[in-house]
Amino acid sequence: MATALMQGSDAVAEACVAAGCRFFAGYPMLPFTDLLESMSRRLPEVGGTCINVESEIEGVNMVLGAAAAGARAATGSCGQGIALMQEAIAEAALNEVPFVVFNMARGQQDYFQCTRGGGWGDYRTITLAPKDVGEAVEHTQLLFHLADQYRAPVILYGDYLVAHTYMSVDVSPRQYGPLPPKDWALDGSRGGTGKSRQIWTWAMGKANDPGPGPDAHWRRLAEKFDSIAGQEMRHESYLADDAEYLVVSFGTAGPFVDYVVDELRAEGMRIGSFRPISLWPFPERALAAAASAARKVLVYEVNAGQMIDDVRLSIAGRCPVQFIGGVSIDGSGMRQGDLLEVGSIRQRVLAAVRQEDER
Amino acid sequence: MTHIPTDSAPDIPAAKVASSSAPLQLSEEHHLCPGCGHPVAWRLLLEVISELELERRAIGVVGHGCYTNIVRLADVDFLQCLHGRAPAVATGVKRVQPQAAVFTLQGDGDMASEGLQEVLHAAGRGERITCIMLNNGVFGDTGGQMTAATVVGQRTKTSLDGRDPASHGHPIPVADLVARLPGSVYVARGAVNNAGSIARTKRYLRRAFELQMEGAGFGLVEVLTMCPTGWFVATPEGPDYLEDRFEPTFPVGELKTA
Ligand SMILES: Cc1ncc(C[n+]2csc(CCOP(=O)(O)OP(=O)(O)O)c2C)c(N)n1
Ligand code: SF4
Ligand SMILES: [Mg+2]
Repeated sequence: MATALMQGSDAVAEACVAAGCRFFAGYPMLPFTDLLESMSRRLPEVGGTCINVESEIEGVNMVLGAAAAGARAATGSCGQGIALMQEAIAEAALNEVPFVVFNMARGQQDYFQCTRGGGWGDYRTITLAPKDVGEAVEHTQLLFHLADQYRAPVILYGDYLVAHTYMSVDVSPRQYGPLPPKDWALDGSRGGTGKSRQIWTWAMGKANDPGPGPDAHWRRLAEKFDSIAGQEMRHESYLADDAEYLVVSFGTAGPFVDYVVDELRAEGMRIGSFRPISLWPFPERALAAAASAARKVLVYEVNAGQMIDDVRLSIAGRCPVQFIGGVSIDGSGMRQGDLLEVGSIRQRVLAAVRQEDER
Repeated sequence: MTHIPTDSAPDIPAAKVASSSAPLQLSEEHHLCPGCGHPVAWRLLLEVISELELERRAIGVVGHGCYTNIVRLADVDFLQCLHGRAPAVATGVKRVQPQAAVFTLQGDGDMASEGLQEVLHAAGRGERITCIMLNNGVFGDTGGQMTAATVVGQRTKTSLDGRDPASHGHPIPVADLVARLPGSVYVARGAVNNAGSIARTKRYLRRAFELQMEGAGFGLVEVLTMCPTGWFVATPEGPDYLEDRFEPTFPVGELKTA
């Protein structure tokens, strides 16, 4: 295992290259910009193409084209830039073109737009939220694999900390097993043979070989996303087995929460944590199991309360679910504010515990 | 299947021309309106692909409009993409399949209205693709509303008394804009309303594909097509209406040659 000290964005770019990504298109927006710069340096060195595009809409549609032509391809942005891409992300889910979207978000306020999607149709997007640069490198390679495995667009939900922290990581290629051949990819070679290819959300097929049409195609896709949900839930739980209080958080908030859990355990509190790694599919059963001894589940996210919907659906009323997060942005508007800090998390956990004790 | 060229007088009777198929055609039928100009443009496109022997390397990216059905009817690899986005999608395709003959097929609603920035940026970047805009000055597929290429005075369902510059603004000549950009190497505007214009349009399409395959740069061919349904004119009047109403605003000919 060869490790090297790297900034998060460079590490993710290396992981893209290791995964075989050869086409990238992006439009600058902090804190995603560093990844775009890294890719524009790295891809030409390995014979790939990186386009500094004129808009996020064009970037994601280029990536859709490159992926439809068989390449491993990715784009990225954050916040409003991801919002601009939603039409094409939905389209790629419905016409089954696989690629990776890097949402190097400014904070945790993109949970809904990653997990619910802003586009049209019955689709979902696998979304992995790494807790640090090491996980981001691992998730990047895994996401290219999952995209190809399921022929679907997928999202990495990183943030300012993932993009900018330096960490010693291993970016060598990882193997995730065999994949189906990309015999659907367009290369023009079957033109005039009666077997030319077609990628079409409406799946009408060719006059000599009719396709299933939208009704059957979209029903099959709905079943596909159901089956992905059953197979791709990922999570990490920490000291949850006997925990009376379980704190749920995602992404880079996780290590902050775990630090507080360690402190309070040392002081005798039966507390644990749970972190969904896949935000979609949300690890519902694992969370329900982790919370089996809990008097209360506390939800810590740096937004007005988005993931808490999934937590409530998972807990399904078995114990109270209390929100202890909040909106917190620093003065630049580019990253989380000082709510993402061990002291304030500790304070909010203790306040929630006190409330429960007073009941 | 007899293959009959359209750029010279047929050496077999005209009735046979009408009854013969275009190359790469998977069906003898289309469901477009009688008198629609799009199928003529489809045929020219397929003839050019076939005559340049590009059928095993052609990839089409098609927008949303009445012409979309070519993805069912032609024996060519196709990606049917989002409204307006074809030049961006085609860019991605071509960058990873540089040996392919990559083209877009779009309408005026698709290219001039919804996707103007895509085509301008693709031309600006000098992408080695061929973009084709079938311009009938109307959203045909949605029933005849005004597009960014509707000509002044033209009646549509959203300009019932005719397009009035005072309230509706002016039409956008896409080919002229693209010709102005240094990234484009070939820009032409043709039409399909009579035999002469059909033959010329085919030459334009052929030239655009030839230059793409030579790696020269971005090519655009705008093709004026009849839409009697969306123009609210009788079917036989379509070709004359095109000449009288569209050609003054959108003059045909080569705007830029390599
Ligand atoms: C984002 C989006 N907006 C609107 C539509 C509806 N729509 C489908 S076809 C079409 C008109 C296309 O007009 P044009 O490209 O000129 O093609 P024509 O039918 O005239 O050949 C529109 C507006 C759509 N499919 N997608
Ligand atoms: S509405 Fe117009 S463009 Fe559409 S098929 Fe009919 S004539 Fe052709
Ligand atoms: Mg039109």
